[in-house]
Amino acid sequence: MSEMKKATREGFGEEIVALGKQNKDICVIDIDIGKSCKTGEFVKQLPKQHINVGIAEQNGAGVAAGMATCGKIPFVVTYAVFGSLRMCEMIRQEICYPNLNVKIACSHGGVTPANDGASHQSIEDMGVLRTIPNMTVIMPADYVAAKKLTAAAAEMYGPCYLRFTRDAIPVIYDETAEFVIGKANVLKEGKDVAIIANGDTVVLALKAAEELAKEGIQARVVDMHTIKPLDVEEVNYCVDHIGKIITVEDHNILNGLGSAVCEVAAEKGKGIVKRIGIQDQFGQSAPYERLLAINGITVENIVKTAKELYSL
Amino acid sequence: MKNVSVNELKNIATDLRKKAVTMIYEAQSGHPGGSLSAADFVAACYFREMNIDPKNPKWEDRDRFVLSKGHVCPIQYAALGTLGYFPEKELHTLRKEGSILQGHPDMKKCPGIDISTGSLGQGLACAVGMALCAKMDGKDYRAFVVVGDGEAQEGEIWEAAQTANKYHLDNLIVFVDDNNLQLDGTCDEVMPNIHLGKKFEAFGFESYEIDGNDMQQIVDTLDRIRESKNGKPKCIFGHTVKGKGVSYMENACGWHGVAPNDEEYAQAMKELDAQMI
Repeated sequence: MSEMKKATREGFGEEIVALGKQNKDICVIDIDIGKSCKTGEFVKQLPKQHINVGIAEQNGAGVAAGMATCGKIPFVVTYAVFGSLRMCEMIRQEICYPNLNVKIACSHGGVTPANDGASHQSIEDMGVLRTIPNMTVIMPADYVAAKKLTAAAAEMYGPCYLRFTRDAIPVIYDETAEFVIGKANVLKEGKDVAIIANGDTVVLALKAAEELAKEGIQARVVDMHTIKPLDVEEVNYCVDHIGKIITVEDHNILNGLGSAVCEVAAEKGKGIVKRIGIQDQFGQSAPYERLLAINGITVENIVKTAKELYSL
Repeated sequence: MKNVSVNELKNIATDLRKKAVTMIYEAQSGHPGGSLSAADFVAACYFREMNIDPKNPKWEDRDRFVLSKGHVCPIQYAALGTLGYFPEKELHTLRKEGSILQGHPDMKKCPGIDISTGSLGQGLACAVGMALCAKMDGKDYRAFVVVGDGEAQEGEIWEAAQTANKYHLDNLIVFVDDNNLQLDGTCDEVMPNIHLGKKFEAFGFESYEIDGNDMQQIVDTLDRIRESKNGKPKCIFGHTVKGKGVSYMENACGWHGVAPNDEEYAQAMKELDAQMI
């Protein structure tokens, strides 16, 4: 892990410019929060591939669908809470049902818009969108992952939700790391407990694994950057070979990564899964770290939970 | 544009009405009222105005047609089937399992459908996206949209109208099928629309108010619009009669989403046959 810190939204903002230069069909549809979502460079360098529909999310999704039918690859860019819930029915009806090549690329996922309060925090988005057929749901764990998964999303055909976050977080991948949509990255091998995380919480899982190692507990750390399609093979491996799994996410524990992993384990009828995430409660205006702590999304709680599982 | 006379178009519209009512009768399910009110505009677009090729439904430079009020798809299916987008016998499969003719238009199943619709208020934004692409790519194709007056109660319609104005989409033609009826009653009772022609005008559109069931007026308006490249999106505010052409369905709210029985069907066919000129 390098000392460098960068926000995943920055990775998106840089990569989308590179992609737009390579492929003139790639467009950005902003909804008046482009500055915050880091599309400023795209606007400057590729103005002919840029649309700003103003504060009108539903329309943004519909315009994107229409453009996709004419061969464009639109990236609709807004905050996660609006890009999932405000646009939800348009995403279902006009993007996923006709299986159009539209990407919903959102910043401020999870509780990272901390001081803005619950209205701007997005704790349901991935769960809601993963229940819609044809949709792919991705959350990169760092700046490098954000760039590579943005490129992979542009490359694949079909609707895709990309969830980025506000804050600078440690860069854990080097530039040579490979990403395949739907294929988890195992960041650390371990036989005693599996920690499956996504997004900004992957670094917490890595730190927890370091702490556990000091006490002789070997944790396997998995970056499950795609929750749909879930890497079922990896979850099965964890269930079969370790049997003790912790999921960590900045998302409601209902219907997000934890639920997706539980579904696989339950169908196998094996293993035990402990979910760490937002405890089905709204946030409030507070520092990001406090909001995580209130919900037990901390290195300490991952370590504690791992020890409990290990002792079973 | 194809050279088709107004009288020919009138007969085509009557034929489409017969087919739509037959489909709904055979399915014993569907929306006859709105299908009949929109029939004349649909006929004028598909059989005269639009630059399309039924043998090549995905032709990149074709004009686009968006039925934002997707529930009246029987009238669009009738046009597509008549033009040969698919074998006409498919028209007998409306709303049946495995059919390409879903209860609401599905672009993945039915050739000639440019975008799936069904949830009201969403089609105009999609058409704006299509018209935008034509502008971005320097192409001449246009996007035609049918919006219901009830449907215009949805906020997304006005979000899309703003965007059409901002990007000077004079290649976007919105037909407002103003039949003043929606499911729960008249639009005036449920939610007064004010004057939709003026409302679109206020949103930057070039607006025309016509009798939307008068073929001569539809054709004349489309002729004027074709020549108007002034950067303004177009609105045809068409006063129509819900159920137009079948006496007992006309202006009757109850015929929004109900299929005719045997007797009613026979009478509808008799009345429509009598309208052939």
